[in-house]
Amino acid sequence: MDTNQALFQYCLRLGDTNLILGHRLAEMCSRAPFLEEDVALTNFALDHTGQAEALLQYAGQLEGKGRTEDDLAYLRPEWEYRNMLLVEQPNTDFAYVIVRQWMLDTYQCLLYDQLRQSKDAVLAGMATRFLKEAIYHYRHSSSWVERLGQGTDESQRRIRQALDDLWKFTPEMFAADTSEIALAALGIVPESADLLPQWTVNMARVCDKAGLQMPSGDHASAGIKSGRHTEHLGHLLAEMQYLQRAYPGAKW
Amino acid sequence: MTIYDTTSTEELVWERLALIPDPEVPVISITELGVVRDVQWDGRQLKIVITPTYTGCPAMQLFVAEIRAAMHEQGFDDVVIETVYSPAWTTDWISPEAKEKLRKYGIAPPVKGASDDPFSEPPVVPCPRCGSEHTTLQSQFGATACKALFTCDDCKEPFEYFKHF
Repeated sequence: MDTNQALFQYCLRLGDTNLILGHRLAEMCSRAPFLEEDVALTNFALDHTGQAEALLQYAGQLEGKGRTEDDLAYLRPEWEYRNMLLVEQPNTDFAYVIVRQWMLDTYQCLLYDQLRQSKDAVLAGMATRFLKEAIYHYRHSSSWVERLGQGTDESQRRIRQALDDLWKFTPEMFAADTSEIALAALGIVPESADLLPQWTVNMARVCDKAGLQMPSGDHASAGIKSGRHTEHLGHLLAEMQYLQRAYPGAKW
Repeated sequence: MTIYDTTSTEELVWERLALIPDPEVPVISITELGVVRDVQWDGRQLKIVITPTYTGCPAMQLFVAEIRAAMHEQGFDDVVIETVYSPAWTTDWISPEAKEKLRKYGIAPPVKGASDDPFSEPPVVPCPRCGSEHTTLQSQFGATACKALFTCDDCKEPFEYFKHF
């Protein structure tokens, strides 16, 4: 596989995951349990959308077909999206928002830490920046997991439910596609499977503090490689892409 | 615009950029913030290289607009503003003088953590008003992406903290 093409695919995966999570978090604006949390979640939304912008812009350059980050965000159908299925899951309740965030934050801290060593200078620079943001996200989401886990019977019940429900999306974080394999061989990206042991240790540590039983990980789901998604992505894109679809090229 | 002396032109541009305040923290300029990485004048075209503070920082668009406006005012017609991500911006690029300006303004300047470990505890942030180290984090996230909210346990004042980054 051509390196530029592989890197395009890889940046698309990372960019899409950030974009979709950013949009999900933006939906929480004015819906968080209290004001500071509203500010926190919308800050997260900005960070993820900002990361997506940088990654998709770079993806567009690598592809070399003149597509901008906006073209990639607003003019691709569902099956061309390469985000993790985890992040397109709806904001069922606050526990789901937190668990989804915590699973991804732990992952991104580890991934970006490795990507800082990338032989691709642009990717390494972006990862250095993104890691700092991911650390703040992680501190916030993991402390919420502890609070909800140690809270009332109701908060415990809800966070257990969210954890059990979202756990099935774990395997796709650590599965490689052909672009990752090609890039890992060149020292441009880490093999995501190598992140699993540390991810598990960190998840277990927080679960332990929160008094939560970590689910066993023998589920399988992978949409990131195939473009197959859960039903939720289509609804999200319908809203996110509406304006550019209805008024192509609209600017303000 | 008919200035062909590269060095003096670039110096002029740096001086002018130093007058543009950070839109969110107006006591420091965008050059003190460390956002402007390079200025290049080739006799025709002016190129200014900037790096974003936070990837999603909405102030970046304003930085670009203000830089463009200031340069047009100076008579530069052909201005290219390039955004680079590498090397990544860090609060270490904020000058010590600018950090002191932040503190006087009531914003606690960034405190470098003891370790780079993402899973370690955050550092102690002294109160910008009374200097006490007995402070409590209220919210990791404040009015802008770069700030957190604290209160001082001694003087009881709430304050903003410019996160180390």
